[in-house]
Amino acid sequence: MMIELKDIKKDYHLGLETVHALRSINLNIDENEYVAIMGPSGSGKSTLMNLLGCLDTATEGTYCLNGSDVSDMNDDNLAEIRNREIGFVFQNFNLLPRASALHNVELPLIYNGTPSSQRHGLAAEALTKVGLGDRMQHRPNELSGGQRQRVAVARALVNNPSIILADEPTGNLDTRTGDEIMDLFETLHDGGNTIILVTHEEYIAEHSDRIIRLRDGHIERDEAR
Amino acid sequence: MKYSWTEFGEGVRIATQALKANRLRSVLTTLGILIGVVVVTVIISVIQGMNTYVTGELSSLGTDNVFVSRYPWMITSWEEWLRVRKRPRIEKEHFEFLEKYVTLAEAVVPEVATRRTVKYRTEDLGGVFIYGTTDKYMVSSNAMPEFGRFFTDNEIHHRRNVCVIGWEVADKLYKNKDPVGKRIKIGGQSFRILGVMEKRGQMFDFSMDNNVMIPYTVFLKVFGKHRSLDIQAKALSPEVVGELKDELEALMRRARGLRVGEESDFSVNEQSQLLEVYNNLTKVLWIVLIGIGSIALLVGGIGIMNIMLVSVTERTREIGIRKALGAKRRVILWQFLVESMFISSIGVTLGILISIGLATLVKQVSPIPVNISAWVAFLGIGFTISIGIFFGLYPASKAARLNPIEALRYE
Repeated sequence: MMIELKDIKKDYHLGLETVHALRSINLNIDENEYVAIMGPSGSGKSTLMNLLGCLDTATEGTYCLNGSDVSDMNDDNLAEIRNREIGFVFQNFNLLPRASALHNVELPLIYNGTPSSQRHGLAAEALTKVGLGDRMQHRPNELSGGQRQRVAVARALVNNPSIILADEPTGNLDTRTGDEIMDLFETLHDGGNTIILVTHEEYIAEHSDRIIRLRDGHIERDEAR
Repeated sequence: MKYSWTEFGEGVRIATQALKANRLRSVLTTLGILIGVVVVTVIISVIQGMNTYVTGELSSLGTDNVFVSRYPWMITSWEEWLRVRKRPRIEKEHFEFLEKYVTLAEAVVPEVATRRTVKYRTEDLGGVFIYGTTDKYMVSSNAMPEFGRFFTDNEIHHRRNVCVIGWEVADKLYKNKDPVGKRIKIGGQSFRILGVMEKRGQMFDFSMDNNVMIPYTVFLKVFGKHRSLDIQAKALSPEVVGELKDELEALMRRARGLRVGEESDFSVNEQSQLLEVYNNLTKVLWIVLIGIGSIALLVGGIGIMNIMLVSVTERTREIGIRKALGAKRRVILWQFLVESMFISSIGVTLGILISIGLATLVKQVSPIPVNISAWVAFLGIGFTISIGIFFGLYPASKAARLNPIEALRYE
């Protein structure tokens, strides 16, 4: 099992009030699954996504990712797990504006100490895979929205992570470029990658094989398609 | 996995990129550090230079010379002045008594001086120091005539109008002519020139060659008996300076007929006293100057801290991205520390270069030997690292501790 969530709870304290963002989530995701997480705002889907991405830890419960228990890890250990196991794709791309596409893709490799001789090759390979082999020295502001998101996907891929976690990856794109990105995910999935997609758009979720619907911090429905 | 060169390289890359992206801001921040460094190094160097200069000049008074004078060299209070101002003059008889009985001195020389205009035919030269002394002057001041000779005991005893002139007087008044044997008019009297002293140079910007030496007996006759003598005694060796002081004190008390318990009505001075006075006077000044310099550096450091805090805030999102991609706290911490050290090291390097320039300038326009010594430069480098770390640490650790989720959400 790639991902195992057991009785996950997450509380936030806003002043004196406690918000139960997630109430007892149990969830297993296998290797090479293509899962969409859906739900209205406030349903806890961002919280779940942050937990799955090891950006945050749960208040209660255990989370096993690719065999290691990450429930109680500290900041630095989580950083290491994120680097090794997770490739992020964000709605607003989150590229470094002053760095070239190539350098942006190299970043995860820098943080796991890959020597520079291998780094350029791996990054260039990932960019070629997403169809940007000829745009490597361009900066984000010299690229279109769709191209930026491709750079982000290349960055998510470069380290061969266990899962690719995409948070509204088409939210800032027009329908046509959005479809191109979704096609790219399709290809990656066919190539053996595990993909978790967070979205509130039904037609985007339909690309996946399994849709998990959240409401008020519970899994409302979990259906394979 | 330890902190790797790859991560460090990325830190340097980020720092240079950030500095380039905010050129004006970087220059201004650097300027703050630069000014601090210049102020500190120049102040330290000027202090060092002043000390070297003053010590050097004072030592030309002779470390083994003791001076018996009417007043102490340094009067530090009004009360002290009231106490000493009624002291009797030191007379010719006192000098003769000391000269006769002293055992620890190589030479005892009277000295009495005034400033006059001297004339040769139609030429005149103002502001020349006229010294009344004896032939032992050559021993006490360690100077010999370059041409001709000094006056003798006999000439002193018979009060002959003879003199030896300083090198500068000879040069200015007699130009290319040989002054030996010629006449010179001092205070309305004509003197025969016996010799010209060798060139002695300057002390505190004060020429020691712009003078005329005449027998002190003649001096007292021409310029008045009311003048008090100074008596200079050169110790047999530097080791007996202390004993010589005691001996002169005792002899002088006997010459004056003072009883046990009565306060001495004269002073025995020596060069080291001047040094002490100099040190006392300047100590407070140095502390104040160093304080000002440190404040300048502190302000520069605060400038760095301020700009680093701005930089951290501006780049919150970038920090979030880097953390999401696997950057550990240490890596983020280093990224910002490298940046702040980068700024401060540029500031210090330029600061030291400018200080060297300023020091060269000061050396050229003043007699003070100002040098930026190696230890000051090393101090500067030490300062850089500490300032960079000290003022960069808080912003950097603030960045390192950012929560990645909040940082990513930051607009």
